[in-house]
Amino acid sequence: MTAQVITVTSGKGGVGKTTAVANLATALAMDGRKVVCIDGDIGLRNLDVIMGLENRIVYDIVDVIEGRCKLKQAMIRDKHYPDMYLIPAAQTRDKNAVSPSDMIRICNDLRPDTDFVIIDSPAGIERGFRNSIAAADRVLVVTNPEVSAVRDADRVVGILEAEEKGTPSLILNRLNPTLVRNNDMLSAEDVLDLLGIHLIGVVPEDESVIIGSNRGAPVVTDPKSRAGQAFRNIAKRIQGNEVPFMELEQQNILWTAFQRLTGRK
Amino acid sequence: MFNFFRKKRSAESAKERLQLVLVHDRTDLTPAQLESLKDELITAISRYIEIDPEAVQIGLERDGRSQRLVADIPLRGVSRHRAG
Repeated sequence: MTAQVITVTSGKGGVGKTTAVANLATALAMDGRKVVCIDGDIGLRNLDVIMGLENRIVYDIVDVIEGRCKLKQAMIRDKHYPDMYLIPAAQTRDKNAVSPSDMIRICNDLRPDTDFVIIDSPAGIERGFRNSIAAADRVLVVTNPEVSAVRDADRVVGILEAEEKGTPSLILNRLNPTLVRNNDMLSAEDVLDLLGIHLIGVVPEDESVIIGSNRGAPVVTDPKSRAGQAFRNIAKRIQGNEVPFMELEQQNILWTAFQRLTGRK
Repeated sequence: MFNFFRKKRSAESAKERLQLVLVHDRTDLTPAQLESLKDELITAISRYIEIDPEAVQIGLERDGRSQRLVADIPLRGVSRHRAG
């Protein structure tokens, strides 16, 4: 095994990075992969509550870096998937407690017996973001179909290219198909055209995501959830499988064709 | 015809506004800087060839993730040169 290190970032806060990390990691674990999640948001940790592991934290990533514990001791095993682990962020320290070389070292220690290391980057383009992308083999940029989120995503894509991290893939989160159909929300095609990067998945807006966060149980485990299905599809694509895009986009294409036919557009 | 009376839907405004903002974000060039670049370009070119300063168009265009600076500079009095 040699793990692939994937960093999830966004520029703007609140677009669903942490939710995406928890769901993708869980979906990969459901497919039998060994996954380690790292919360890169030192001082504002949240991946632990989204994954429902907040009561199990003893050591965090800064304890590993400063030699107070072994890497294995800071890896919290998931309640349901024994091959999924979380390395939590420190809550009472700041981002300067971690350096890019610390992240590279930790990821290299994890690589030999892990399939995927998924890093939850903090919002912004400062130290915490730089730490989070340092070890990445691949970067996923999460955005919402909204002007401020797309603008910030574009900045992040530009920085990743300047840092020679390659062109990231896009997760378009919280798309509302009804608003798109009424031309009151940017469509997946619009966002792709603006950002000029490859799309790895579109996640529809879905109430079950909030319900999942409330319970600390990522929504991918709910077979009926549309957002859960979208995250399961992205996890398959990460593993190199070709999965067709969900119906929500096909509906839009048909609707657009219908509008053109009837002269409504 | 219908389009003339139709109020533009918000997704269209969002896309158009973003197209402009992203071009300037990516090049780190403000509209004011672009204007002064245009003035300097006109001055420099005018030293060598006669142009119509009023007709000069300069703008940034997007092609996927790359940007280009496009200038359209009509020359003045070309026919006279040709005749001479």
